[in-house]
Amino acid sequence: MKPSDIKVSRRTVLIGTAATAAIASVRPSLGATGDEVAAARMPLSLSINRRSYDVEVDPRTTLLDLLRENLKLTGTKKGCDHGQCGACTVIVNGRRINSCLSLALMHQGDECTTIEGLGEPDQLHEVQSAFIKHDAFQCGYCTPGQICSSVAVMDEIKRGVPSHVMADVAAQPGFTETEVRERMSGNICRCGAYSNILDAIMDVGGATS
Amino acid sequence: MRPFSYQRATSAAEALRLASELPGARFIAGGTNLLDLMKLSIERPSHLIDINRIGLDRIEDTPEGGLRIGALVRNTDLASHKRVRKEYAVLTKAVVAGASGQIRNKASTAGNLLQRTRCPYFYNTDQPCNKRNPGSGCSAIGGFSRSLAIIGASDTCIATQPSDMAVALRLLDAIIEIERQDGSGRTIPIADLYKAPGTSPDVETTLAAGELITAVVLPPPSGGKHFYHKVRDRASYAFALVSVAVIVHDNGSGKVALGGVAPKPWRLETADAALPLGAEAATATLLASATPTHENAYKIPLVERTLGSILSQARS
Amino acid sequence: MRFDTPATTNPIDQLRVIGKPHDRIDGPLKTTGNATYAYEQHAAAPNAAYGFILGAGIAKGTIKSIDLDEARRAPGTLEIITYENAGPLGFAPFIPRTAALAGPRVTHYHQAIALVVAETFEQARDAASHIRITYSEEAGRYDLAAQYDTAPIAPDYILGPSEMRINDFDGAFASAPFQLDETYTTPPESHAMMEPQATTAVWEGDQLICWTSTQGIAVALGDLAAVTGIPPENIRVVSPFIGGGFGSKSFNHADISLAAIAARMVGRPVKVAMQRPLVINNTTHRPATIQRIKLGANADGKITAIGHEALFGNVENGWQESAIVPTRHLYAGANRMTLARMATLDLPEGSTMRAPCEAAGMMALEIAMDEMAEKLGMDPVEFRIVNDTQVSPDHPERPFSLRKLNECFRLGADRFGWQDRPSRPRAVQEDGWYIGMGTAAAIRGALAFPSAARVRLASDGIVTVECDMTDIGTGTYTVLAQTAAEMMGVDIDQVAVSLGDSNLPATAGSGGQYGCASSTGAVYAACVKLRELVAETLGFPGGEAIFEGGMVRHGETSLPLAIAAANGELAAEDLMEYGDLFQTFDQQTFGAHFVKVAVNSATAEVRVRSMLMVCAAGRILNPKTARSQVIGGMTMGLGGALMEELVVDKNRGFFVNHDLASYEVPVHADIPHQEVVFLDEVDPYTSPLKAKGVGELGISGVAAAIANAIYNATGVRVRQYPMTLEKYLSELPQI
Repeated sequence: MKPSDIKVSRRTVLIGTAATAAIASVRPSLGATGDEVAAARMPLSLSINRRSYDVEVDPRTTLLDLLRENLKLTGTKKGCDHGQCGACTVIVNGRRINSCLSLALMHQGDECTTIEGLGEPDQLHEVQSAFIKHDAFQCGYCTPGQICSSVAVMDEIKRGVPSHVMADVAAQPGFTETEVRERMSGNICRCGAYSNILDAIMDVGGATS
Repeated sequence: MRPFSYQRATSAAEALRLASELPGARFIAGGTNLLDLMKLSIERPSHLIDINRIGLDRIEDTPEGGLRIGALVRNTDLASHKRVRKEYAVLTKAVVAGASGQIRNKASTAGNLLQRTRCPYFYNTDQPCNKRNPGSGCSAIGGFSRSLAIIGASDTCIATQPSDMAVALRLLDAIIEIERQDGSGRTIPIADLYKAPGTSPDVETTLAAGELITAVVLPPPSGGKHFYHKVRDRASYAFALVSVAVIVHDNGSGKVALGGVAPKPWRLETADAALPLGAEAATATLLASATPTHENAYKIPLVERTLGSILSQARS
Repeated sequence: MRFDTPATTNPIDQLRVIGKPHDRIDGPLKTTGNATYAYEQHAAAPNAAYGFILGAGIAKGTIKSIDLDEARRAPGTLEIITYENAGPLGFAPFIPRTAALAGPRVTHYHQAIALVVAETFEQARDAASHIRITYSEEAGRYDLAAQYDTAPIAPDYILGPSEMRINDFDGAFASAPFQLDETYTTPPESHAMMEPQATTAVWEGDQLICWTSTQGIAVALGDLAAVTGIPPENIRVVSPFIGGGFGSKSFNHADISLAAIAARMVGRPVKVAMQRPLVINNTTHRPATIQRIKLGANADGKITAIGHEALFGNVENGWQESAIVPTRHLYAGANRMTLARMATLDLPEGSTMRAPCEAAGMMALEIAMDEMAEKLGMDPVEFRIVNDTQVSPDHPERPFSLRKLNECFRLGADRFGWQDRPSRPRAVQEDGWYIGMGTAAAIRGALAFPSAARVRLASDGIVTVECDMTDIGTGTYTVLAQTAAEMMGVDIDQVAVSLGDSNLPATAGSGGQYGCASSTGAVYAACVKLRELVAETLGFPGGEAIFEGGMVRHGETSLPLAIAAANGELAAEDLMEYGDLFQTFDQQTFGAHFVKVAVNSATAEVRVRSMLMVCAAGRILNPKTARSQVIGGMTMGLGGALMEELVVDKNRGFFVNHDLASYEVPVHADIPHQEVVFLDEVDPYTSPLKAKGVGELGISGVAAAIANAIYNATGVRVRQYPMTLEKYLSELPQI
């Protein structure tokens, strides 16, 4: 593609092939990353965003790199690759994890939801809409992880998972700003959109709780 | 990462058998620490045995009235367990003070116990470190030691054990259940799990090669008020400067354990006895043998003040 | 177009689109993961090989040997680039001053030694671990404080002279009835943007395309040419989305040069992202400072003498973190002295980070002001108001274009409830927490630099803006769309924006909070031309046409804008240049911070409870995105106040805490409700839009406001950032 094909507008997403290619492949070819020299690759079947994938991977491949490099699902970001920033947050079997600290092979049979599985530009998830409304992002690099975490945090509060800021950990957590701030703290935003992210989550959570 | 082969075990017995057949193998559970270190070439296993599907993921009542926590119980599930929250609240408090929600969803109970130090020099393969590269020296002594150990360390290593969970388990007198390759088992008090660094800081626990932690057993609950105060530079998602775990009863008796100050969860039963006398006395006992560096001497008053704050909350 | 006289009424003043809190137009892409960053160009480079940088293991010395045999034999290795086969590498003209690739000299820790290129990322990383290097290590200079007594006056620099004395500072200070003489330190800080430096390099014949993460396309391209020797006309740099920069991506780093060279050597695209533990020591940081401030004042609070000396360090000829800069613009006082001294260090190179000079300088100056107010028995807000000046204090002949700092303080004090501030330190305790309030001023230069843009009108009425400007999270896509929509009289939904491509007209890029004024000025100029073209095409004479609601009106005639392009697209391009209004007027943005903190009376943990900033920054083009810029600066400044410090290992010369676990930046739980108020003002001296920037104003002063609040809460004055608890724990009362 020609780079200048990327046009950003509010009316519609006037975008070239780069973004659409990233969400199109169901049975990806692994040739791109060179199977001819690969050491003992191993088979892996898992579901990502409600689609089944049967792939072969180098055992060293993290879930994050499987998504970003092998499957070209680049919405999930690599910020630190060491579990220190949260940009790689995805939801596996209903729970958020850092996909950088998990081998792809550890997810045989798992169901994984990434940012691409939550919504698309013309069909946004309510949390994605709320992030736009509250300007809950700037550079956008931590944003997919923040949104995946937000979705999971609302569920964790509903399920009663305790947190560090509860005075009584035996009690049911409330959907409060303090709770949300604490639970979102595994997602760093260096642009400093935190207070807007909080507003976005409270907006959605307040509407649904 | 160095290339490794990978196998999924379906039972503890199979995992142990694989370990015996494959020298250089490591068990991988949550992977949140092991993979971190493998990416930095600090851990270089030639084989990984994935033990995430061997069961051991339940928390059961013991006949004695305590709890048996499977080694693969995730930190979130441990913290969320009804009886843990109610009867072992210090454990829930400690677990949720650690890491982030994402990591707690993945990290296992046994893996949390066995996580390695966060000493920045251990994490930097360009620098001497006796723990990573025995005999190479300790860069932290005379280097950046603000977050490192003030007690129980040695002149070869001043790394701390970073687990919050382990501090609570030490306070609760947890028992570690271990299975061996021949099918036999053994149990040890958590106090005996961690080894003082001495002259071989690379050996961190008393686990023998091929042994697998299968469960952590809590004795019947002791009652009392439970506290876990973790002091850190930011409000969340950070390792402790110090942490103070306390169970205190209405009559003033109780027990105390510390995190962030030593190569293991730090507890002295003699200090428990001093607890009714107040924070100053208990801290003086707990940290009597402390040998802090210039950069981390603040941890001594910080422990005393944090403990004092807990004891005054307990009284109110 | 040339901007050399103050702006008068123009179409922007209609404020139909400009000034409105429009949602970001790139929001749907960024929130769904469809914004593709430099390392994610699978479509452009489907067969990219993976590059992995190996950093030097020593801080200073010489490479004695490099053994690549084992690494070359590792599975998947395609090529290994070191100084021995990379070909000659030059230097960028400005920053960095250190070589992109070490060898044989190593000048700082984690300087790139080799780039391993392999089929997969895992193979590249593993092969890198098999490279064996021996060094001849040398002792280096790593300790700034050790050079406090010996460091020379800094060479004159782009920031102005290193030493300025106005009237009789020494005499005035000596005779002042109230004196303050204190020393403050600020540590090295890391940008810690979420996306590490990354590049995908693709050769097509002799043409190189680099998808890279840069704040400035033109700088990235020119510097890449200078370093690699690739002719600039053969290079294209593309950067549509950038995962944060804060100054770290104002200049190139090893990723782009090495990716370009590697892609040529292996004959296929190569992509390189710096691994996080490499970023801090390989790239740049905000340098540390040691600052001595002397204030002399009369009993009425008027400053009679103001002196600010700053020592900073860097590599030779490196960036100067001249913390004295804000003092030259902020407060009145007839007798003045500013002095910058520079030590040479063998640490990684220091460079610009969000509000360079101002951020560090204000961390010190605004504590000093708080201390002096206390000596005088004055309210800190009042003390600052009394010392306001409407002319540049070092150059009284030079008025400010617009300075409403006092209004910021008055409005902020009112809104924040400043009257409730405890007048004595350690006076309020609630549930085991000391409560305190603090304030500080903010100042940051308001610049604009020559920038060009092209605007197209298509037959469907869509207006497309094109320039090489970058949106590093600043909201540039959105404000440029707003600017074009306002100028062309269309709804923002009718505007598309293409950015970040060297094929597009060149702008000044993002940095120094000049990007907004510069790029909107360029779009304004191009739109003026396009309006003329449209009017001419529609047969409307003379510049009198009105563009409104998608229509163009002239007299009684009104035609749809799109009609003008019915017979073919119309396009106009222009370069906006600036005259000497910057010299005639001191152009700055201003603000006032108000902060409330709680300090745990036992543990000395600090929790910031609320933050307010009132900003006077010219016309605010989009209050929603501008607010985000300001809270971003406030948040980063909170990190600087409480936790951020790159710790120097003075034995081996490197930043010890070089990852995001050990270099702590604020997390959600650290950040309270943040309020931002913009004064309703326009500054006709800055640009046709009468706008300035706000990207760096938010960080200016905020750390000092927090420090002052901690003092108000605890009664302990700490002058060494960050204000970590061990620095005042022992001075808190026993519990």
